[in-house]
Formats: sequence, C-alpha cells, structure tokens
Amino acid sequence: MLRWPGFELRVALRFLREGRMQTVLIVVGVAAGVAVVAYVSALISGLQSNTLAKTLGAQAHITLQVPDDVVTPAALPRPGAAVLSDTQPRAQRLRSVANWQALVPLLERRPNVAGVSPMVSGAGLALRGEAVQSIALMGVDLDRYDRVVGLRSKVVSGVARLEPGEAIIGRELAHDLGVHAGDRFTVQTGGRSESLRTTALVDLGVKDLNRRTVIVPLREAQNLLALPGGATSLDLTLHDVWVAQTMARDLRAQFPYKIESWQENNAQLVAALNAQSVATGIIRGVVLAVVVLGIASVLVVSVVQKRREIGILRAMGATRGQIMRVFLVQGAVVGAVGSLLGLLLAVALIFVFTRFVHGSDGRPLFDIHLLPATALLVALIATVCGVLAAIAPARSAARLDPAQAIRI
Amino acid sequence: MAAPPGTPALIALSCIKKSYNIGRPSEAEILHGLDLQVAAGEFIALMGPSGSGKSTLLNILGLLERATSGDYRLQGEAVQTLDDAVLTLRRRHTLGFVFQFHHLLPAFSALENVTLPALMGEGRVSSQQRERARSLLDAVGLANAMDKRPGELSGGMQQRVAIARALVLDPPLVLADEPTGNLDTAASNEVFALLRRMHAERGTSFVIVTHDPRLAAHCDRLVELVDGRIARDEAMVQGVEPVPSSLPAPPP
Repeated sequence: MLRWPGFELRVALRFLREGRMQTVLIVVGVAAGVAVVAYVSALISGLQSNTLAKTLGAQAHITLQVPDDVVTPAALPRPGAAVLSDTQPRAQRLRSVANWQALVPLLERRPNVAGVSPMVSGAGLALRGEAVQSIALMGVDLDRYDRVVGLRSKVVSGVARLEPGEAIIGRELAHDLGVHAGDRFTVQTGGRSESLRTTALVDLGVKDLNRRTVIVPLREAQNLLALPGGATSLDLTLHDVWVAQTMARDLRAQFPYKIESWQENNAQLVAALNAQSVATGIIRGVVLAVVVLGIASVLVVSVVQKRREIGILRAMGATRGQIMRVFLVQGAVVGAVGSLLGLLLAVALIFVFTRFVHGSDGRPLFDIHLLPATALLVALIATVCGVLAAIAPARSAARLDPAQAIRI
Repeated sequence: MAAPPGTPALIALSCIKKSYNIGRPSEAEILHGLDLQVAAGEFIALMGPSGSGKSTLLNILGLLERATSGDYRLQGEAVQTLDDAVLTLRRRHTLGFVFQFHHLLPAFSALENVTLPALMGEGRVSSQQRERARSLLDAVGLANAMDKRPGELSGGMQQRVAIARALVLDPPLVLADEPTGNLDTAASNEVFALLRRMHAERGTSFVIVTHDPRLAAHCDRLVELVDGRIARDEAMVQGVEPVPSSLPAPPP
C-alpha cells in the first residue's frame, strides 16, 4: 500500500534546515556542478552546430558524380595471382552524369531529401583588361542551388539573379578583376569564350573560394564546357545532416555513381567533433561524480550527527524503510534544489557569454542556447544522482541499532 | 487496576537471558533468566545499582533489543520471533518511551514532537490528532509552549513534552528510563507527579527505571535487579509519604 510520505518529507526537510550550513554548502556545490554541465553542454552544442552550419552551409550534404575513369585490365587477375605491370592511370575528362534529368525527381522523392541541385563545373579563366584569373566555373539552377548552399544569404553586393549571360562571382575575384555588380568580364574555357555580366558578389566564407568562384546559369556552363544538356554532379541537401552517411551508403548500393557524404569529404572535421563530444562527456561524467560524492559525504556526516534522532524515531516506531527514505529524500531535495539554482546560473553564464563575447564582426561569436529539454534532462540526472548518492548513507542510517543510538 | 480474568498479562517474561559479545572472549551475560509479569494498569519502579541490567531489561521490554533466550509475551503475543518490521509497529502502537535525556527532536516544535507518532503512521496529522496532541500538552501544563523548540524549554518542560509524546497514541504501556534522572528536585517531583496523574487518569501501565528511592516509594510495585537477577519484587504500601505534589494547575 502506497502512503503519502509526509513523515519522510517533513523530517528530511527539517534535518536539512537544521544543518543549514552544510545544506547551503552542498546545494551551492551541486548548483555549481549542474551549471558547469549545463553550460558546457550548451556551449559545445552551440559551437558544434555553428561549425557544422559554417561547413555545411557552403557544401552539399551528399554529392553524386560520375565514377572516375579507370583502366580496365585486359583480363581479371586470378585470385592470389600477382600482376607485375604498372599502367598509366587515365586522365579524368569532364563527363555528364548519365540521365540526370530522370534522376533528380527520383532523388527528390526520397525521405529526408530537402533539395537536389544539378551542377556543371569545370575550370576556366576570367579575363578583364590585363587581369587573368583561373576560376572554377559552376553552372547551376539558381533556385535549386540556393536551397543547397543558401547562396542568396551570402550576397554582399548586387542582387542574386542568373539570366542567360549573367554571373555571380566571389568577392575577392571581383576585386582582382576590378568589377562591381553590373560590370562585364570574359570567361574563357578550352577554346570558347563568353562575355558575362556580374549581377552579384558573394562571400562564401573562405577567401580562396571567393577568389575562384564564378556561378553561371546551367545552360551557359554546358555551352562553355562543351557538355550540352549534361550535369557533372548532383548536390543533395538533407533535413537531418547526420543521416548523410547511411543515405550515401544506400545510394551507392543503388546507383553506379561516385556518391559521397559530407562526412567522407570532411573526415577531419567529423573526427574533431567526435573528439569534442567525448571530451565533454568526460567533463560531464567527472563533474557528476564529484556532485554525487559531495552529496554522499554530507549525508554520511549528517547520519552520524543525527544518530540520536534516528534512534528516537526508530524507538517511537519509525520503520527502517522510513528512516532510509528520510535520507533518500534529502539527497533528492539537495539534487533538485541544486540543479534548479545551477540551471539559473547556467542561463546567466550563457547570457554573459553571448552578451560580452563577440566575433571580429561585432556580432556574437555564435548562438548558444540552453534547450529546455537539455535543462530538464540535466536537472533530472542531478536529482537522480542525489538519490543515488544518498543510498549508502540512507542504508547505514536504517541499519542503526536504536538501543545503541539512543544511549549515546 | 488488575486485568480482567482471562485477558493475558500485559507483559510476561519467562527465563529471559541476555548476553553481549556472544562468541567473543568478552562475552558477558547481563540478565540471567528473568521471570516477570506485568498486568495492565500497573505502576512499577525498576531499581538496581549501575550495571545490574535495568537498561537492558527496559530495552528488551521496549522491543529495542532481543533477549538471547527465553520467552517474552507482550499482550499475549510471543515477540521474540517477530521480525524488525513488526516489532517497529508494536513499538509505535503498544509502547511509549520516555528517556532520561528527553530525546525530543530539536528541529521540531513541542507540538510537532508530540504529533510525530501520528505523522509516522499516516503520513499526515489529522486535525483530530492535532487536537489530541494539544490537549495532552495542555494537560502536562505546556499550553503556552506548544510552538517552542525543545532548546527553548527547561529540562522539566522537555520531559513533560516527552511524556505527552509517549502518550499521544494511547499505548497500553509506557517505559521510562530515569525520566527524572537529570532534573533538579522540584522539576523531578513535578514530572513524577505528572506520571502518576497520567496513570490515574488513563490507566496506562508504567515501568519506570529510577535511582531515586524516594520516587520509587511512590510506585505501586518495586522490582529490584541485582547482577542480572530479580532481587526484590514487592507491592509498595501506599500512603506512607504524601506524593510529592507540585502538580501544574489542572486545566480548567
């Protein structure tokens, strides 16, 4: 039969109030621990999502390309046989993804795909007056491409528009060529050349990219690169970036193309993020362990101090279970109150961080938020830790022999 | 106030032995086979020199310790074999305790101390039980000190709170271990008179360990322990000396 634990609550709260100094100290300790855990969690997840947004904002989550040209051996070597020949690898030429027009709607229909953008890319030269710059020419459908990399949000001057004969170019390239939005320059590729009008300058976040990027309409690039009707790659963007790896694997099994997820293209970044997550996990674990030990040690002392009271309560007819719960409740209360204060402290820390730590452009370095779900989870874990910390002291309190405890 | 025939004695001890440190070189037998009967409504003084086993006997009677061997029946129930959980409930409902050093909970007010046994049982204190606790505190002369903490009360007042607490669930038996042991004469007379009055008004049985022969003389029966054996067990002739009376004014 479950009974309202009024006795346990009342006695636990009185015990906590009686040992005011101890209680205040341990609650502050728990609050500090919870604040550190919550703050570090928020900071790291903010940092990671910022890094990801910066990285993935400028690239596709999955790219689909024509497989590389390879030299096919005249005969398959028998298993176990060694082949003593060194063939010259083939030079990779520009080829189109076969039947890409049919592939786009097929990919778009897959769950989790947010957008598919065909692209024709190749090398070329940008010329204006005496300036010659080597460039990466990209032919795209502006609306689709915008969905993948958010191009429109990166425009620094002019208006993003790609009518025939128009181009969007990187900021540094514009500087090198000495053009503004609206000026013309010439693009030259193997044998062909075309005069294009700049509509907008973009900042892609990396100077090297800005120095080389020329974005033109799909058809323009097809003409310039001699790939009529073709597309050299398809860029996919996903709703959930973390399924890219598995989706890329599925697609590889299904289509004979070279398909890569962003993780495969940014292995170092992924490794760094993982290392960061592990490091935060360790910090959280250590802090929680310290919190548990702190609560436990305070309660151990409290059990010793309260021996006589425990003995009286037992003599008066308090059961072992009741005595045990009195101390478990103390652990839970310390954990809960401490985590509440800790969360407030974390919110304050985050406010201070976003308020006073700014990037070079004067805006906050990155967004950090304490998600309610995270806060709730941290508070719950801290409270559970409080109860866990109380188990050993509570058991020793329940085991006290009342006759001996009273005699002291 | 003898029990009606047919009802079992309140307490029946037969051949109770108690040893400590069993199996070790320091093994010592404190009680050497006691037989004792207590009927409902008795008022007994338990005397004896230090080390005679009084406290041990009281702890056994109070279900705080188990006898090493022998048979103990409380209200006819053999309690030797009951487990701790059941013994705890018997302590709560059948017994009241008054200790020498008051043993109130310092974090609780006088009234809260008295309502603790009810809180323990139900998880909350009904207004009826609170009323009962108030009237008991009133009866022990502490109507004006109900909300005071034990630290704010004198020794005699604390002991009266402890008596009220022992009586609040109306147990048939109250065990008192030197209830006047660290009180001055006036306070100790008051507390003793209070015990006698509660006995008279409620018919509760009392077993009181005391060193004070003057107080023992005012009990109905005297049991004297010497070296773990009952050396004397006799009814006291009442009225030889007047009961020391500095009773608090009875409630109007």
